[in-house]
Parts: sequence; structure tokens; C-alpha cells
Amino acid sequence: MDIMNAATMNIPAVNSATMNATTMNATTEYPEKTVGLPLVADPKMSMRNVNVFYGEKQATFNVELDIAKNEVLAMIGPSGCGKSTLLRCLNRMNDSIAGCRVDGEISLEKENIYGGMDVVPLRARVGMVFQKPNPFPKSIYDNVAYGPRIHGLAHRRVEFDEIVETSLRRAGLWEEAKDRLDQPGTGLSGGQQQRLCIARTIAVNPEVILMDEPCSALDPIATAKIEELIAELSENYTIAIVTHSMQQAARVSQRTAYFHLGRLIEVNDTERVFTNPQHKLTEAYITGRFG
Amino acid sequence: MDNLNFDQHISRQFNSDLEALKAHLLQMGGVVEQQLADCVESLEQADSELAQRVLAAEIHSNNFEISIDEECTRILARRQPAASDLRMVLAVAKIVRDLERIGDESAKIAKMAISLSEQDSALRGYTEIRHISSHVCHMVRNSLTAFARYDAELALAVAREDKEVDKEYGTAMREMITFMMEDPRTISRVLNILWALRSLERIGDHARNIAEQVIYLVKGKDARHLSLPEMEKLVQE
Repeated sequence: MDIMNAATMNIPAVNSATMNATTMNATTEYPEKTVGLPLVADPKMSMRNVNVFYGEKQATFNVELDIAKNEVLAMIGPSGCGKSTLLRCLNRMNDSIAGCRVDGEISLEKENIYGGMDVVPLRARVGMVFQKPNPFPKSIYDNVAYGPRIHGLAHRRVEFDEIVETSLRRAGLWEEAKDRLDQPGTGLSGGQQQRLCIARTIAVNPEVILMDEPCSALDPIATAKIEELIAELSENYTIAIVTHSMQQAARVSQRTAYFHLGRLIEVNDTERVFTNPQHKLTEAYITGRFG
Repeated sequence: MDNLNFDQHISRQFNSDLEALKAHLLQMGGVVEQQLADCVESLEQADSELAQRVLAAEIHSNNFEISIDEECTRILARRQPAASDLRMVLAVAKIVRDLERIGDESAKIAKMAISLSEQDSALRGYTEIRHISSHVCHMVRNSLTAFARYDAELALAVAREDKEVDKEYGTAMREMITFMMEDPRTISRVLNILWALRSLERIGDHARNIAEQVIYLVKGKDARHLSLPEMEKLVQE
């Protein structure tokens, strides 16, 4: 079992009920082009004209979006808006979903990730953290060492020791875990497990970290620790985070992208989005109005 | 006029919180407007009784200031408002301050009215008072109407009128100085008129501040410290 397939096990099957749950208001007007600043100079990842289909059902419509180097990009929107779908396209996590088709171009450092790029190194470069902490049923040490081992990033025990310590330190878990590295990762608390998953992700030295509602199963203190971690990690990594908590998006991100029924409505500096959004749909969503 | 749809939240409680906040601010505006009208009348009519009532009424605007501030704090803490909701709460918190200061300035004018009513000599300087006060009352009323209707154009009109008031204040100052030079016995009396004029001019500035907050609320852009043409451009964008 490869590491990423193991991780994929915890992805809930795409729920067509949620896709249909949001009914479109007949008077709603979509902007012809995404409002705000979806594109940046010299992006880490870029999406051009991305249309994702689940069988007949189209989940995203002509999404054009860049993720800048070392930024934290928050992706928000109501259930079924396509934000998680899009996030999973960024390291081809959707490949394993039957009937899922991705049109358009998604590139990492100008290289199309759907153009024959090998998916295993791609997922080492673009790591993912899921909603529910999903440590392997192994020791804390092996959870972190697993990725470097299968990707051949280390060979000697001392190298593994160093990677494990550095990754756990970066994930803010070292002090709590250093005396119990041989104990199962599943024995940690929810917040610690999530930080272990982040340590596991950064152990393979990725360039981009994707986070799909990483705090929705955590209490406020564990959430605050993860948010603090996101700020620290953004010094070394590019981060895209999907969240249902608008306060979280406001706290952790530099730019915010708002999705509505598969369309990317608005992208702007987070401060701008939360004080003076340009599109009515964005405004309605973040202020809790009927959209 | 923009429609900011403050009554369309999924949470009806939030709708009513924001509606109550707006209603309370407008009530306070009504109290302060009355204070202003009364203090001007007490000055013109040398009516010290009315002036005393203005001083007594100050406690109402002070209480409003405290309770509206508490409402803003509560909404910020409980609702974490964003976008236009956030701008609404921030604008109200700032407008409250200006309204309270208008109340303070009105009380100062009432004090001048009391001291002028105790002196008996010719009513010089009252034309200027009447002129400027009618402008200033108009500005305060319009700034509150602009807030009630989310009307950035009307707010802009208030800022324009403030320029007029500043000009008239300058002219009135020069005239008062002339009076004092002509007849030094009037100095203490004319000084009282000058303080009153000064307070009216300050009230005009506060009305302009309120108008700037209305523009911020409606347009989401900071209208403070802008020249009139810059402000016009911002409103028309």
C-alpha cells in the first residue's frame, strides 16, 4: 500500500447529495470573470480553465486561479461549491475516484501535473492534510519515517532520526512526543494526531501543503495550535486550505477565494474580502445572509 | 442609494441586533439634534431657561453613548461580523463619538447663552450665529438621514456644506475682531459669541465626520482626510 493511497482511504466518497443540496437562487448573477485578483506573478501552482466532472455532473466551471509562493490561500464557500474537489485536483487525489474527469490545466512550477507527470513524486511535492486525523496504525516514529523511507529520502537510522525530529519539531509535536516515539500514533489526542499528520506530510519535504478542513474535528485550543503552525509553515511552504470556518480563513490566510456552486466568484486579499468584498455572493456568504 | 440588506441574515437574531443598533443611534441622533436646535435658540433669544434644559439634556446623549458602545462590543464579541456588517458596527461606534461631541459643544453654546443673557447690550454678531447655525443644523440632520438611508451622495453633500461653514466661520471671525477693535468694551461679550461660533464650526466638523463614516459604511472605502474632489471621486466609483 503506498502512503498516498493509505491516506486516500479516509476521503469520504463524493457525496452527490451535498452537491445538489445547495439550490441556486434564480436571481443570483455570476460574474463573467472571477472578481478580484485570482492571478499572481510567478505562481507556485496555477489552474487554468479547470472543469471537473463527476460522471455527468460538472463540479467546477472554468476555474482560473494561482497560488503564490509561500502564501496561505484560503478556499471558502458553501457545501458543494467545488472547493474540496479543486483542492484534491492539486495533487491528483481525484485520480482514484471513479468517473472523475479533470479538464483544463493545473501546473506546479509551470509544469502541467496532468500532462504525464508521475503521481508519486507529485504527491511528495504536494502533500495533503485531511479533515480527520488519519495516522497510520504504526508508532509515532514510523508514521513520520514512512514517507522518507518509501521515497528513498533517507537510508541510515541517524538520517531517519533527524528527519523525524525536525518534522515533529516543525509540527510543534516534538516536546509532547519525544519520550513516546515508539508508541502508536493513534494513541495521541485528536489535535496531536493532526499535528502528527502534518509532521508526516512535511517529512518528505513538500513544496505545497494542501489542507482540507484540518481543524474541523479539533477543539479550539488544538485549532489555535494548528493555526499557529500554519503561520510558521508558510515561511517554508505554500499552503492552500479549505475551511468552513470563515474566522479561520480570516485568521490564517493572505488571500481568500470564494466559490459558489462550482464557480470561483471572487479572490482577493483576505483583509479586503472580510471588510469590503466586491461581489454580492461573497458578501452574502461571509455575512451569513441568504444567498 | 445602496441597499445593504441588513435584514437578510439567516440568523434573525442578528437582523434584530443590527436593526436595534441602528435604531438606537438614530434615537441618539434625534436627542442631539434637539440639543443643538435648543442651544441655538437659547442663544438667539437670550433664553437662559432653555439653555439650562440643554445642559440637563446632556446626560441623555452621554447615556446613549455608553449603551450604544456596549451594543457594538456585544455584537463584535458574539457575532464576529464581517464585510458590511462589520462596517456597520465600526461606523456606528465612531458616529456615536461624534454625536456625543456635538452634545458637548451644544452644552458649551448653552453656557455662552447663559452668560450672554446676563449681559445687556446690543445684539451684535447674532446674524453670523444665525447663518452658521442654520447650515450646521442642516448638516447634522442630513448626516443622520444619509446614515438612515445609506445614502453616500447625501453624505457628500454634507462634506460640501462643511466647506461653506468653514468659509463663513472665517468671515465671522474677522467681523468679530473688527467689533472688538471698534469698541473694546464689547470684548468679553464678543468673545462669548466667538466661542459659540467656534463650537458651531466644530459641530459642522463632527457632522462631516459622520458623513465620512456613512461613505465608509456604504462604499467600504475610507473617506477621511480627503479633499472634496477626492471624496467625490470615491463616492462616484
